[in-house]
Amino acid sequence: MKLSTFKIGGVHPSGSKLSADQPIKVMPIPDTVYIPAAQHIGKPADIIVQKGDKVKVGQLIAKSSGFVSANIHSSVSGTVTAVGPVPDPSGIAKMGVTIKVEGDEWMEDIDRSETLDTNVDRFSDKEIIDRVTAAGIVGMGGATFPAHVKFTVPLEKKAEALLINGVECEPYLTADHRVMLEKSEQLMVGVKLIMKAVKTEKAFIGIEANKPDAIEKLTELSRKYAGIKVVPLALKYPQGSEKHLIKAIMNKEVPSGKLPIDVGAVVSNAGTAVAVYEAVMKSKPLIERVVTVTGNSVKNPSNFLARIGTPVRLLIEAAGGLPEDTGKVISGGPMMGKAATNTDFPVAKGTSGVLIMPEELAHRREPEPCIRCGKCVDACPMGLEPYLLSVYSRKKMWNECEEHYIYDCIECGCCVYSCPAARPLLDYMRLGKSTVMGIIRSRKK
Amino acid sequence: MEDNVIAISIAVLGGVAVLAAAILYVVAKKFKVDEDPRIDEVNELLPGANCGGCGFAGCRNFAEGCVKSLEGKFCNVGGADVMNKIAEILGGTVTAPDPKVAVVRCAGSTACRPKVNNFEGAKSCAVVAATYAGETGCAFGCIGLGDCVTACEFGGVSINPETGLAQINESLCTACGSCVKACPKGIIELRKKAAKFRKVYVSCVNKDKGAVAKKACSSACIGCGKCAKTCEFGAITVENNVAYIDYTKCKMCRKCVEACPTGAIKEENFPPRKLKEAAAPKELGQPTNADKVEVKPEPEKIVLEKKSDNPNAN
Repeated sequence: MKLSTFKIGGVHPSGSKLSADQPIKVMPIPDTVYIPAAQHIGKPADIIVQKGDKVKVGQLIAKSSGFVSANIHSSVSGTVTAVGPVPDPSGIAKMGVTIKVEGDEWMEDIDRSETLDTNVDRFSDKEIIDRVTAAGIVGMGGATFPAHVKFTVPLEKKAEALLINGVECEPYLTADHRVMLEKSEQLMVGVKLIMKAVKTEKAFIGIEANKPDAIEKLTELSRKYAGIKVVPLALKYPQGSEKHLIKAIMNKEVPSGKLPIDVGAVVSNAGTAVAVYEAVMKSKPLIERVVTVTGNSVKNPSNFLARIGTPVRLLIEAAGGLPEDTGKVISGGPMMGKAATNTDFPVAKGTSGVLIMPEELAHRREPEPCIRCGKCVDACPMGLEPYLLSVYSRKKMWNECEEHYIYDCIECGCCVYSCPAARPLLDYMRLGKSTVMGIIRSRKK
Repeated sequence: MEDNVIAISIAVLGGVAVLAAAILYVVAKKFKVDEDPRIDEVNELLPGANCGGCGFAGCRNFAEGCVKSLEGKFCNVGGADVMNKIAEILGGTVTAPDPKVAVVRCAGSTACRPKVNNFEGAKSCAVVAATYAGETGCAFGCIGLGDCVTACEFGGVSINPETGLAQINESLCTACGSCVKACPKGIIELRKKAAKFRKVYVSCVNKDKGAVAKKACSSACIGCGKCAKTCEFGAITVENNVAYIDYTKCKMCRKCVEACPTGAIKEENFPPRKLKEAAAPKELGQPTNADKVEVKPEPEKIVLEKKSDNPNAN
């Protein structure tokens, strides 16, 4: 049977899923956690604790500051030692809360039992969204878009289907894969809850064919849950992008400037669905997540369940330490992740992985002149012309950038991956995209 | 027959030509735009660099602006000569603003600001600034990839290969401000152009707290405020852990330069300090002492800060 996938562009990087067979290990609670106030797209949350305050696990420490924003909870119990800059992979310290850990005392209303609760019917759609909002759940694939915004379907629109993203198309990363295998039941209940919240009867779980065990297990389970169907997908990067998953599963195209809901789709990550289950059924806010620590020279590539705010340095140590030939540490996957300037930065809600690249693989080639081969155009999954846009951006021709839809760029990196001249296409596209978005926003005001 | 064809062709084409000429004539008359001939004259005088330093979109646009009203208009590139000629044509007077020159406020050379990582992406300051903190521990300083060099129409900016910092060739600088706009970190400032290009300025824009800034760069301003205390003219303010010298108040006494423990305040193009060096050993002893006890005088400052902070916090 031919597996479905999206049609335009895309590349096939090697999977390198080194940690796929490693069960999720629970990270010990660190001595100190750094919890940034901006762990989501949108406005940073307003910090509501002060230096010296005692906090418990799951206590609200930063309040959502708008509709597109998210609550942030303490992931540990202890004393707030500072409200101020916390480390960030970019090297520019961001606002956040530093907490010194004392014991592990949880908020009383959190149900910490392992028993599976499948009674979806005891909540109304509104209650589910309220609980998701309160728990500060964001898209856990890496984009960190506040989940309650997605689940709040506007009145005039209707969700035809819910798509659960179990694609994990980034090479090396295996966090979602392990979650699907080890928390399958919770995932299914979570999907049911989201289906109820967005009022749809259909849900598809899209999984790439390189995870046959997950496909098998979830297909088996899906017989118990009406309306949920597992869809195996052909391997192609960037299938985990919202718009490409919709194209692959529903064969619908999201027009430029529109949202998935405009074509009747709501897309959510597999990890997010599990978080929704925990938030709604167990009253547990988003305080921990699964992080893959991997790399060709890493001694024990692993998947860790780490509290939000755990310094990444500790995760690397737990995976066997920083290898001697380390050339680069990347927060995220190799295609879309950002190189980090330090290893002190904390695990945030969107940290899906930490990739350690050996020296020999860490460097870019020296760029050469563009030979107009058009490979970037073939590879671009959004149908853009990266060679042209990067020149417009370099020359600060913002109007031309806008005319050629630079804001549709999803920054997947397929253009750079395919460029035989090693041109820094995406560097300039990102600059152009952020500048043009700024211009568009200022025009609306 | 053939004669006929030629005659008909001439007649038809001639007819079309006459008709087109008539239409063009009518259109030209009817939609004639009266343009002040003086705009062209003024435009001729201008340097034609289209640098935009005057705030207009190019030289012609500036000429149009001048013809409307000369008030507040000045072309830095052409200078007083050009502006006086323009004033002759248009009548009226030109008020020359204080002449200015671009100053790069970063002294974080490769020697005092070590690299902590390597950037291999696009060679553009704007890209680096949009991506991360930069190759050094200082997220505020000069990136050194030369967006300002490209922006300068007059060849007045270059990257010093030794220090890795942008430097201004004052004799070429026209104070058009292109580099100021091009710098994503906002390091370059237009400051008063004094005689012989003499200047005193804080060569640092790092807003980090003293210890952090100092760790990243040995010539960083640590916001200790000694300069502000030393200044007799109230020209120095310390805000966000960084000092700033207001050039309208600065009398260039250079006392702040001596007071600065990190050497972040620079004096340039002054003759060497002969007199003071003669009497030096004792007097210079003080600054060196200050260097050594650099940490000690700070508690005083910190206490002051705490005092002022506490009422707010409580």
